[in-house]
Amino acid sequence: MAIHEVQSPIPGIFYRRPSPDQPEFFNIGDTVSAGDTIGLVEVMKQFAEIKAGADGVITAFHVDSEAIIGPGDLIASIQTGA
Amino acid sequence: MPVEIIEPGLATSIQDLGRQGFYNVGIPPSGAVDRYAAIAANILVGNGSGEAVFESTYMGPKLCFTEPSVVAVTGAQAPVFINGTAAPSWESLQVAAGDVLSFGIFTGGARIYIAVAGGLNVPIVLGSRSHYALGAIGGFKGRNLLAGDSIPIGQLAGTPGRAVPEDMRPVHSREVDVRIVLGLYDFRLSENGLSALIDKPWQLTTVADRIGFRYAGNTLEWVPREQPFGAGSDPSNITDAPYPVGSIQVPAGTEPIILHRDAVSGGGYAQVGTVISADMDLVGQSSPGTKTRFRPVSIDEALDARKKYMDRQRKLIQLW
Repeated sequence: MAIHEVQSPIPGIFYRRPSPDQPEFFNIGDTVSAGDTIGLVEVMKQFAEIKAGADGVITAFHVDSEAIIGPGDLIASIQTGA
Repeated sequence: MPVEIIEPGLATSIQDLGRQGFYNVGIPPSGAVDRYAAIAANILVGNGSGEAVFESTYMGPKLCFTEPSVVAVTGAQAPVFINGTAAPSWESLQVAAGDVLSFGIFTGGARIYIAVAGGLNVPIVLGSRSHYALGAIGGFKGRNLLAGDSIPIGQLAGTPGRAVPEDMRPVHSREVDVRIVLGLYDFRLSENGLSALIDKPWQLTTVADRIGFRYAGNTLEWVPREQPFGAGSDPSNITDAPYPVGSIQVPAGTEPIILHRDAVSGGGYAQVGTVISADMDLVGQSSPGTKTRFRPVSIDEALDARKKYMDRQRKLIQLW
């Protein structure tokens, strides 16, 4: 068991939903694949997709949706299998 | 010869020290928003201080060199890699044909500058190679860089092995004091309004680019007045006036905007103050969330700060 930590590469506003009228990409307890998008960061009118980066189960989100985050801030933890 | 763009990052453009003399007809100066860092990158590789360099905001690009060259990275604190191996910033580095330059997550500051020996050889438009996004002029084809672009480089062997001394490398903080000169329209603020501007901290929002830096956190109160002829109805509106680079306008009194080097040259918002020229690099290296205090200084203090800033630039240029 290992914990994979998802960081934001850029500063901006973090979103857990693809758009305001849609549900969250993922919630705590969900199983994700490395290539899955778990959130968006908006800066300079652009949206960057934040990828899970590892296969596993999401154990925590460390920032709230619509919070301002800095580069390198921890977004989520993923418990990887094996 | 050229440098190939493998990944452009979020916003990478080509900038030199700017386009002077056209602000009166609405063409802003553009050029590197952190001039000190752009000059440092150039002189490290053996260029003159005003050659065109890459300016990348919040995230570095991934570049490939097609022939041996000398490169230097300055500005924001960010891990630098050549072919995946860590390399130093604020130093000039020899690269071979096929070498790939890439970057890690920024740990401080907002913009990195990448100089290549010989300079980025894009066409000069109105006296400058700087890209101006709103006018779609300058830089590479009048736009930010895209994957697959091939940027021509001037002819120069370059000077590897140079390093800017540690004490001449600015370190960027998430908490800054920005010095301003109040006016011309600070008389529009009430006593409480002025206090909210200068006594309380602001936070840089995510609306921050080469045009303007928008802050949030407080609300400014205005002196009641009768709407002047030609002015809009918002209390922050004035009859149109020119905007200096660095001026601070506060639409609706809620979000101060510092105009930077790609800003429009005039409009109808009261400018409550102007950031002194010596602190414009500091603003340019602020990233969203940066806690900022606006500290008023006199014109004499501003001129003294400008002299010290120009001395620092001169000291840099005289290193080699």
